[in-house]
Amino acid sequence: MFEEVATSKEGEQIINVGPQHPATHGVLHLIITLNGETIVNLEPNLGYIHRSIEKMCESLSYRQFIYTTSRMDYLAAHINNHACALTVEKAMQIEIPERAEVIRILVSELTRIASHELWWGAMAMDLGALSPFFYAFREREVITDIMEETCGARLTMNYMVPGGVMADIHPNFVKRVKDFIIQFKSRIDEYDQLVTGNIIFQNRMKNVGILSKEDAISYGTTGPTARGSGVSCDIRKIYPYSIYGKLQFDEVLETAGDSFARYLVRVKEMKQSISIIEQLIDNIPEGDFQAKTKAVLKLPKGEFYQRVETPRGELGVYIVSEGGTTPYRIKFRSPGFSNLSALNHMIKGHKIGDLVAVMGTLDLVIPDIDR
Amino acid sequence: MGNEELILKLKEVFPEMDCVQGNDWPELSFGSDRLIDVITYLKQTPELAFDYLFCETCVDWKTHFNMVYHLDSTRYRHNVVLKVKTDREKPEIASLAHVYRTAEQHEREIFDLFGIVFLGHPNLKRIMLTEEWVGYPLRKDYEDPINIIKL
Repeated sequence: MFEEVATSKEGEQIINVGPQHPATHGVLHLIITLNGETIVNLEPNLGYIHRSIEKMCESLSYRQFIYTTSRMDYLAAHINNHACALTVEKAMQIEIPERAEVIRILVSELTRIASHELWWGAMAMDLGALSPFFYAFREREVITDIMEETCGARLTMNYMVPGGVMADIHPNFVKRVKDFIIQFKSRIDEYDQLVTGNIIFQNRMKNVGILSKEDAISYGTTGPTARGSGVSCDIRKIYPYSIYGKLQFDEVLETAGDSFARYLVRVKEMKQSISIIEQLIDNIPEGDFQAKTKAVLKLPKGEFYQRVETPRGELGVYIVSEGGTTPYRIKFRSPGFSNLSALNHMIKGHKIGDLVAVMGTLDLVIPDIDR
Repeated sequence: MGNEELILKLKEVFPEMDCVQGNDWPELSFGSDRLIDVITYLKQTPELAFDYLFCETCVDWKTHFNMVYHLDSTRYRHNVVLKVKTDREKPEIASLAHVYRTAEQHEREIFDLFGIVFLGHPNLKRIMLTEEWVGYPLRKDYEDPINIIKL
């Protein structure tokens, strides 16, 4: 009556998770080989939201291509835009005003908190706890409201342009961010009370999906995924860009390498981001928010690479220029793509029920993987 | 190791190869037959220890392909860029999947979009596009019947 889609060995069966599955948070398709309940092999099948952004960018100007990158990792649109703007500025040697730098870092760190909030709520929801999702959105809504006021958008902001930011911050920005800091600090402890200390949650997360330090490097994992395995890989610390070199914050490292370690890294990172925002919010320098640039940008002939730290890990922008107004070739090294490649190694030998506990801590955003 | 020191070291070990200072990092260019030698040396020499391949991609120069490898050392935090020239008519190059496991998925993407065959790759098939797709979209001579930008 039905066709066997894939062939399996004696005693093994193949099931498909996704592309339409709530725990994949998008259109990710995983082909899983099972022996009883144990996962023998897992193969991701990508491309359901592949828009070939790299090809599109080849026919877009250096002002236009930044807008496509908001659609890659849509939870960190600011940081993707920042990476592209930095690459163009590096190539053209544009000095950007101090005010623009500070605004950029402020919105980037707010984005990082918003992204980790969404991950935290969705992670707990995947494991069967629905209330954390509403707690997370309570704080995240405040950030998206602040963004809406300043950038005019809640998700795909397109706020950063080569030379600075598109418009000055809204007059309410400083006050609302300060209110948010107070609100967030009084509520972050609720997160630990609600989820982190929960014994059911800990039992599902500890010793699950272990990734050793060597494997984390070999698989090219970055961001909280690698830092949970003790790999120091925060680009803001090791190759400081923008004004991160002047700021005081800690790189959060855990050594256990399991799902719980990755969870702890992200929760602690939110506190670090708040501390960065606190350092800057009272010290936004006066001045221009954008440097004066030509209407048509022309990059010199050559190759330019910029690495930045997104909430998911290292994003690399590689531009090959032939001296014209459009890039000859552009490559986005997305963090999710590499993090996903470690999933098969992490999940082998575990029960299928552990899949969401491991996949959740990779914090996958599918448009970021597919591009 | 600083960039100048790294360039001196690479010039000493691989005198026949072209080693220049790029915009950020030293760039080493060579033919595809030497890839495994260079990678093995860079990864296994204790004072270099390039253990992290953070970007692997390809550029179509119309006459040939350039495979571009960005390497980083998590111990010393120095970087190097490898540019490997590959034939356009018969694009074949050794796979690095057994050296850096991240290469496995990156190479599948490059095979999918550029059509470069990675010799020794454990699972070389299309990753983004469907199996029936004709052509390799990121090549410069690929004509897209429905191009959203040019419409």
